[in-house]
Amino acid sequence: MSYEQARTLIGERFTSAQVDPGTPERRSLGEGGPLVVTLPADQWLPFATFAKETLGCRFFSFLTAVDWKDQGIDVLARLDNLDTTVSVTMKTRLAAGVSQCDSLAPVYRGANWMERECYDMFGIRFDGHPDLRRILLADDWQGYPLLKSYAVDTPYPPYR
Amino acid sequence: MTSATGPTVVELDYAGGERLTMNMGPQHPSAHGVFRAILTLEGETVVGVDAVIGYLHRCHEKLAETLTYAQYPSIASKTDYVAAMTSEFAYVMAAEAIGKIEVPKRAQYLRVITAELQRVASHLLWLGTWCMDMGGALGGGATIFLYCIREREMVLDLFEKLVGARLLYGFFQVGGVRYDIPEGWAQSCRDTIDQIEQRVGEYEQQLEENPFFLARAQNVGVISRELAEDVGISGPLLRGSGVNYDLRRAQPYSSYEDFTFAIPVETAGDCFARYRVRMAEFRQAISIVRQALDRLPNGPISSRPGLKSVAQTRIPKGEHYARVEGPRGEVGCYLVADGSAKPYRMKWRGASFSNLAVLPFIIPGHKVADVVAIMGSVDPVFGEVDR
Repeated sequence: MSYEQARTLIGERFTSAQVDPGTPERRSLGEGGPLVVTLPADQWLPFATFAKETLGCRFFSFLTAVDWKDQGIDVLARLDNLDTTVSVTMKTRLAAGVSQCDSLAPVYRGANWMERECYDMFGIRFDGHPDLRRILLADDWQGYPLLKSYAVDTPYPPYR
Repeated sequence: MTSATGPTVVELDYAGGERLTMNMGPQHPSAHGVFRAILTLEGETVVGVDAVIGYLHRCHEKLAETLTYAQYPSIASKTDYVAAMTSEFAYVMAAEAIGKIEVPKRAQYLRVITAELQRVASHLLWLGTWCMDMGGALGGGATIFLYCIREREMVLDLFEKLVGARLLYGFFQVGGVRYDIPEGWAQSCRDTIDQIEQRVGEYEQQLEENPFFLARAQNVGVISRELAEDVGISGPLLRGSGVNYDLRRAQPYSSYEDFTFAIPVETAGDCFARYRVRMAEFRQAISIVRQALDRLPNGPISSRPGLKSVAQTRIPKGEHYARVEGPRGEVGCYLVADGSAKPYRMKWRGASFSNLAVLPFIIPGHKVADVVAIMGSVDPVFGEVDR
C-alpha cells in the first residue's frame, strides 16, 4: 500500500472527503507526508473502519482536538499502517456549540483512553464510548481546560 | 471490528464466590510514580482492573500555548523526566518541520548521541527498578538496582559535563542544540559505554541463569500483536509482540539513516520478551553512539544561534506531527502554529500513556504479585502519562 493507492481508495469510497498531503516527515529525502483526510462528521466512524480494514492502518496513534473558537472544534485521529508506514490523519470539524462526535472505541481499543482525555480537556461527548468519564482531571473538575475560552489562570473552586 | 472496550473481566470458577476490591496505589513503590489501580480480586487472582491516572497532571498542553518556541523545549523535558532528551527532541522537530528550519549535520549527530545515551540511561533505570519490584528472588532484591543506578550515574555524569544538568537538560533548541561537546568528552563517553556494555552482559547472565526470574517473567502479561496495534502501544512493548517497527528505521529522522543498527524483535509478547528486546537495545544504542562519535562532522551546532528577540522565534502558520523513537516508544508532538511566537495548540502523544492503556487488557487472569511484574515490564513514566 503506497500513498498513491491509499489516496485512490479513499477518493473512491469517500467522495465527500478532502485529502491533502501533510508536511513530509523526511523533508531532506523529499518524500510525501502522511495523508490528512478531512471528513464530514457522519463519515467519522465509517472512515475509521475503512482505514483499519482496507488501508491496514491498525495502529491507533492518538486522538485529540483543536479549538478554533467560533469556527468550531477539529477532532483528529492519527492511524498508522506499520507494515507499509502509510499514515492517515483523519479530521472532522464540529460546528461551534456542537460537542458531540462518534466514538472510535468500538473500532480501536486505543481510542478508549484518548477519547476520555479529549472529553476531559474539551468536553466533547463521544457517542458509543463505553466508559466516558474524566481521566486526568478530578471527577468534580469544572470546565474543560483546553478550550480557548478557559483562561490559563482560571482559579479552581472554591477559590473562584 | 472488535467488540466493546473497557476492562476485561475474567469469570473464574472460584469456590469462595466473593469478590474483593483492592486499592493499589496511588503511593505504591512498584508504580514508579503515582498510579492507582483498583483491582477486583477473586482469591489471589485479579479479574478486573480500573486504572486511575492524572495525579501528575501539570497542564503541559495548556502551558505550551503560553510559552514561545524558544522557551518550551526546557519544559518539554519535564514530561518524560527519565528520558528528558527525547521529549525535547520531539518538540523541536515539530517546530522545525513547520518552520522549514534546517538543522546542521553536527547538531543532528549530537542529537543522536544524546538520545541514544538517554536510551541507555532510561533502560538502566527500568532494569534496576523492575528487578527490585520482583524482589528477593534476584539476589537480595536491591542488588541489580544498585548496580544499574551506578551505571546510570555514569551516563548522567556525561550529561552533566555536556549540559550542566543531570536530569532535565534543555539541550535541544529549535534549529540545533545548545552546547557543543567539551574537550575530552568523546573519550570519556567511549570509556563509559564500553564499561556499560560489559556490565549489561553480566546482569543479563545473572538474570537469565536465575530460575526465579524466568518463572516470574516468562508467559506473564502476554500482549498479542493484534492487541498491541489496536491499543497503539509502541517501543519495546510493540517489538516484544513481534512487530518489527522502529521509527528510527521506518521514518529515519536526524540522520539515523547514516548508522547501521539492528532492530531487536521478539515474538512471545510476554514480560521476558520485552526484557530481551530492551537488553538487545542497550547494545544497539551503544553501537549507534560509537558510530556517531566516530563520524561526528565538523561545523556549526545550530542554524539559529543567539536568538535575541521574541520576533525571531516566530514560525509560520502550519501544523505537523513529529515523532521520535524514545526509550518507551513513539514520543510524538502534534503542533499547530498560527504564525506567532507561541503554538496555537500542542498535543503530546506520550508513549507511556498508550502503553499503560494496555494494562486493563493483560492483567486480568494473573495473580496480584504478577501485576507488579507486568507493570514494571511496561516501564511507564507517569510524568509522560499525565503530562
